Amino acid sequence: MKRLLLFLVCFWSLSSFSQDYFPKNDGPKEKNTNYTAFTNATIYVTPTEKISKGTLLIKDGKVVSVGKSVSIPENTVTIDLNGDYIYPSFIDAYTDFGMGKVKEAEREGGRSAQYGPSREGFYWNDHILAERNGIENFKYDKKQASSLREAGFGVVNTHTMDGIARGTGMMVALNDKDDDAIRILEDALTNHFSFEKSETSNQSYPTSLMGAMALLRQLQHDKQWYKDGNVPTKDRTLEALIANEGMVNIFEAGSKDNNLRADKISDQFNLNYVIVGGGDEYERIDLVKNTNANYILPINFPDAYDVSDPYAETYITVAQMRDWNQAPMNPKVMTENGVPFALTTFELDKVSDFNKKLEKAFLYGYDKTKALEALTSMPAKFLGIEDMVGSLKEGRYANFLITSGPMFDEETTLYENWVQGEKHVVNTRDQKDIRGNYTMTAGGKTYKVEITGDVGKPKSKVIAADVEFPSKMEYSQNWVRLSFTDEENNEVYRTTGIIPKEGDSFSGKMIRPDGSESEFTATRTSSSKEKKDKDDEKVKPEIMPITYPNVGYGYTKAPEQKDMLFRNATVWTGEEAGTLENTDVRISYGKIVEIGKDLSRRGATVIDATGKHLTAGIIDEHSHIAALSINEAGQNSSAEVSIEDVVDPEDVSIYRNLAGGVTSIQILHGSANPIGGRSAIIKLKWGEDADGLIYDNSPKFIKFALGENVKQSNWGSYSRFPQTRMGVEQVYVNYFNRAKEYEAKKNSGQPYRIDEELEVLSEILNGERFISCHSYVQSEINMLMKVAERFDFNINTFTHILEGYKVADKMKEHGVGGSTFSDWWAYKYEVNDAIPYNAAIMHNQGVTVAINSDDAEMSRRLNQEAAKTVKYGGMSEEEAWKTVTLNPAKLLHIDDRVGSIKEGKDADLVLWNEHPLSVYAKPEKTIIEGRTYFDIEKDAEMREDITAERAKLVKMMLDEKEGGGKTRKPKGTEEHYFHCNTIN
Amino acid sequence: MKNLKLYSCILGMLLSAIAVAQQTPAAEQSQAITIQGATAHIGNGDVIENSTIVFEDGVITAIGNNGISSKGKVIDASGKHVYPGLIAPTKSLGLIEINAVRATDDQDELGEMIPQVRSIIAYNAESKVVESMRPNGVLLGQVTPQGGRISGTSSIVQFDAWNWEDAIVKEDDGIHLNWPSSFRRGRWWAGESRGYRPNDDYAEDTQAVQQYLLQAQAYGDGTDTSLNEGFKATQGLFDGSKKLYVYAHGQKEIIDAVTLAKESGVQKVVVVGGYEAYKIIPFLKQNDIPVLVRQPHALPRREDDDYDLPYKLPKLLAEGGILVGIQNEEMSNFQTRNLAFYAGHVAGQGLDKEKALQLITENNAKILGIDDTYGTLAEGKSATLFVSNGDALDMRGNDLEHAFIDGRSISLETHQTELWKRYSEKYERQKEGK
Repeated sequence: MKRLLLFLVCFWSLSSFSQDYFPKNDGPKEKNTNYTAFTNATIYVTPTEKISKGTLLIKDGKVVSVGKSVSIPENTVTIDLNGDYIYPSFIDAYTDFGMGKVKEAEREGGRSAQYGPSREGFYWNDHILAERNGIENFKYDKKQASSLREAGFGVVNTHTMDGIARGTGMMVALNDKDDDAIRILEDALTNHFSFEKSETSNQSYPTSLMGAMALLRQLQHDKQWYKDGNVPTKDRTLEALIANEGMVNIFEAGSKDNNLRADKISDQFNLNYVIVGGGDEYERIDLVKNTNANYILPINFPDAYDVSDPYAETYITVAQMRDWNQAPMNPKVMTENGVPFALTTFELDKVSDFNKKLEKAFLYGYDKTKALEALTSMPAKFLGIEDMVGSLKEGRYANFLITSGPMFDEETTLYENWVQGEKHVVNTRDQKDIRGNYTMTAGGKTYKVEITGDVGKPKSKVIAADVEFPSKMEYSQNWVRLSFTDEENNEVYRTTGIIPKEGDSFSGKMIRPDGSESEFTATRTSSSKEKKDKDDEKVKPEIMPITYPNVGYGYTKAPEQKDMLFRNATVWTGEEAGTLENTDVRISYGKIVEIGKDLSRRGATVIDATGKHLTAGIIDEHSHIAALSINEAGQNSSAEVSIEDVVDPEDVSIYRNLAGGVTSIQILHGSANPIGGRSAIIKLKWGEDADGLIYDNSPKFIKFALGENVKQSNWGSYSRFPQTRMGVEQVYVNYFNRAKEYEAKKNSGQPYRIDEELEVLSEILNGERFISCHSYVQSEINMLMKVAERFDFNINTFTHILEGYKVADKMKEHGVGGSTFSDWWAYKYEVNDAIPYNAAIMHNQGVTVAINSDDAEMSRRLNQEAAKTVKYGGMSEEEAWKTVTLNPAKLLHIDDRVGSIKEGKDADLVLWNEHPLSVYAKPEKTIIEGRTYFDIEKDAEMREDITAERAKLVKMMLDEKEGGGKTRKPKGTEEHYFHCNTIN
Repeated sequence: MKNLKLYSCILGMLLSAIAVAQQTPAAEQSQAITIQGATAHIGNGDVIENSTIVFEDGVITAIGNNGISSKGKVIDASGKHVYPGLIAPTKSLGLIEINAVRATDDQDELGEMIPQVRSIIAYNAESKVVESMRPNGVLLGQVTPQGGRISGTSSIVQFDAWNWEDAIVKEDDGIHLNWPSSFRRGRWWAGESRGYRPNDDYAEDTQAVQQYLLQAQAYGDGTDTSLNEGFKATQGLFDGSKKLYVYAHGQKEIIDAVTLAKESGVQKVVVVGGYEAYKIIPFLKQNDIPVLVRQPHALPRREDDDYDLPYKLPKLLAEGGILVGIQNEEMSNFQTRNLAFYAGHVAGQGLDKEKALQLITENNAKILGIDDTYGTLAEGKSATLFVSNGDALDMRGNDLEHAFIDGRSISLETHQTELWKRYSEKYERQKEGK
């Protein structure tokens, strides 16, 4: 450190920039107009343009000329690099360098959430901070600059990492020698966005990922509306957003799936987001590639888990272990697939890990030239600053690295990191390489000394008469200090010596334990070869295959669509034909094509179903699996959000539901607010991406909710309208009035502000979107039907509807269906009168009745729940079966495609070992569109595969620990099992 | 203030609703009753086809399939099935009525180690939730306090009584200990991720339990035993008159709990939960530890676990030679009426149906220590049984015609059946043109 300070003082005067009009009182004010030339160097002007024995000429912090033969002016300081290498220094496009921490909003003691904004004169949502000017928070951080320079970086783009819209980012050179007047290259270069709320406000909205997405979309609409001059009041946030429109938009997404989410918004509004990914892109590289976006990628590859405790090991999933095993291949996979990306130090525990992580990527086959590009030309291109940095072409900033050899070679030492023509030393170039084996004599004794490690930070080993003495070595500015301990006698010897420029030996003085001094001489006997041998040991680890999804029960390839003939089954058609014994069903190209006796094969695979039951796949009208968020609870209406935005195709619940015979589900928004969000209706095609799960031409649904949850009765929140059932009605009336007005204005041809929420509500009024409404007691059920009738539409489904039996006649008249629990009650006051006979009574009154789960566990055995309608109220078995197949299909308007076994419908089928309503029944195969997504035999195989893969990965992790690799404590994955009232 | 008023109002409505709903407890058995011709599922794995069961004064006096003459009132149950009353362990039935209404919640007292807290005195014999157990064959339960480290002391009751005192089958039968977890959930509200992480307090937490038990034992050895109710309540653990129910799922936790309890002088230990118990069957056998395993209607605890592990777990333990019963402590109380279907679901995994029934009858009785009277159909045992029209382990067959507790013919009506009838009547009237 001291050395560095000294160094700074010495070179200060060389500062090539000067601010002409600034007075100077601490000495004479003079100019330095000299050139500096670096000769005899291997120069990479760009990662692919190499000049051997070249010269780099710089002046005033910029490149004047570079080439093989550069004419060097007379007033030039020439530095002979003796074959050392020059590279453009790195650019980190994504940091919060020098930005400090934001002021966190104080959490108030009360339990009521804050629904309104804390600011005035800005956008209505506190998490939209587009007016934040990054530079206002900036304070150059020398310590951080130093560690970034040590990792090879010369400039960074930096912003305050806080909020959904975060304001502008700025570009700064890591130049300690000059001040902000010089080193800040761009005051505002980038706009920043993310899905994460700001710490500076407690404003509740958005509480969910889908809410953040909706907010980002609405923000763009509002910006346009403001820009078009339609807003008479002042909104400084929107003004900033408009003013900054030309800048590069950077979106911190953070995972492969969020990349896609960000890209969706980017495409909709033509925002060309540069996406900060999560490092897991390799898992679905096809989808990431399809975004056609530029990426900034972290390389925070996970450390191995410490699995030495077998009990603790069980908490780690095979997916987590794979993550450790596979993640380092991300840069390689991205490169091979031609996805343009830059690398960043973002997400690393510490910047100094950067090179270690990069080494790991190289071990996994990442190309070093590509890495160089990802650190220089790529970020420069993404940020539109290629004329300033990223290469050593003429006129660019003199930001370059001097290294002892090819970049990223393990032997290579980074000597100097020049920023804006200012030298910053990382390792002294003039330090002699003293590594090797020595014989040292002192005071009549002889020691063997081995010096290994880095040139600048060597390690020592001292051996006397075959006994190794623990030792410590320091080497700086030609001086070596070596101390070692004779443990047996508890004696410490200290030596200090100077390294001569020439020759293989050095000498100095030794201070013996008794304080007496003597001379020593160390003579090199051989050079150290150890390092090379170590290199050879580094073999590419075995990489586990990626599965879809990349979790234990994922498939290595999608199940094949097959033509099948089920022979001799008991077929539950769910149609007028009823249940047919000893019947065949043939499917082809994903459709049911034939039902009958002794059907001919027509090339189909024959499945002997003798003694087994074949049914349509189960449909769960009310599910919350396979979603990353369920409630947007930040407003009393959240029609603008859609579960389709947050479908999670990797949720193992999908597989478990398949194992329970479920093939289609409606993922409903929760019940946090009277007007909830839009649904996703999906098929459980395990292994497909989110879009692949969602129904083609999906019917449009939205969740509404009534009663205790929307009143927030059970968690003591008193600040949001409505607090009573009386208020709930008024929420609806108010929103529908507004939607009508909105629609009228829209149709009138006048300009109107696009409002995603009212767009959705208009769809309801127009009969294009259906409501599935969470409901319990008869008063509120009746109320909503009346509201709908007043606005001339129908409620499609009441879900839960536990007091439906009290108003089944009115429901029938209105034409609404009921989707209910089989036997739940007593969990809150409004279900005090819930009875298991509910389904049967509604059914008897002619209401279309479904049994749903609202639960990741119960959905795995909806057949049993359906059977309870036989027990409670005596429904026939065939009608009972329809409550989990055809009836929910009808309620979801997909009964033309699924829900029964009928020619022409999708081949979504379940083969049961037993009567499907029996408590003893098990699905043996669950098929969607002719693809077998669950097969009990395949499942057994996968169990063995998981065990084997775990064993392999555990062994690899143990080896990693043994080999001194960094490990971390086992930690389980985040599980999320949502219910209606889950706030997330 | 306004809210408080509203609250009291709701409370008042609730209390009045509860007070009027409960079915009147049945009178003592006044004459001998014979159930004739049914398939008798004994509860110990055996079946008697075409059986005759005679009971008098609440006690079974004869059971068999021939040579038994009927006595008193004869119930023809040909083609039907008779089962011993099902037994629900580790539930807070009667301690909480409506989960979300705090005023109805008496299941979890404040305090970490409070063995002296007794569930029985708070047991609401007129609970509508308890009542709803009976039409599904669940006739007995262990009323169990919840929460804390040592939650308190449970008692076993039958589900047809005027008050808690009359309901008692076995008073203060056991103490319930929630064993610490070596891994804990992330405290997401404090910024941690939700996943499991090592619990750094595990050693400290387990030592606290050990200290408590050692202190309690030392207390019992002394003469000055009048002052510490907690220690006093614990004494039964050391002489074997009370059981210690330890709630643990992980293999490490189970091994630690059993080892520590035994070392601390506890005579009878029951493991409750036991998700990983199947991995340490030899240990459990060696220590003679029964397991009240969690109900199969549960999700696997780990992503890589077999999807059907919860379904087959009781089977794995039973086949491993462990004395195993089924409880559903983690579920809402109302779910307890599905006890029969839990057993049925296990049978679906390949366990013999009678063995599956045994999990919720004889085995639960043995584990709770009431098998001298309850849990099987046998001469000399209580006539606590029910007649079902079909297979009671299956939803479609579980259809009770009669149920008896200690020979008393109990009502199978409930708040729910009353509402069913009331609204069926509404629609009947509509059909008849009002």
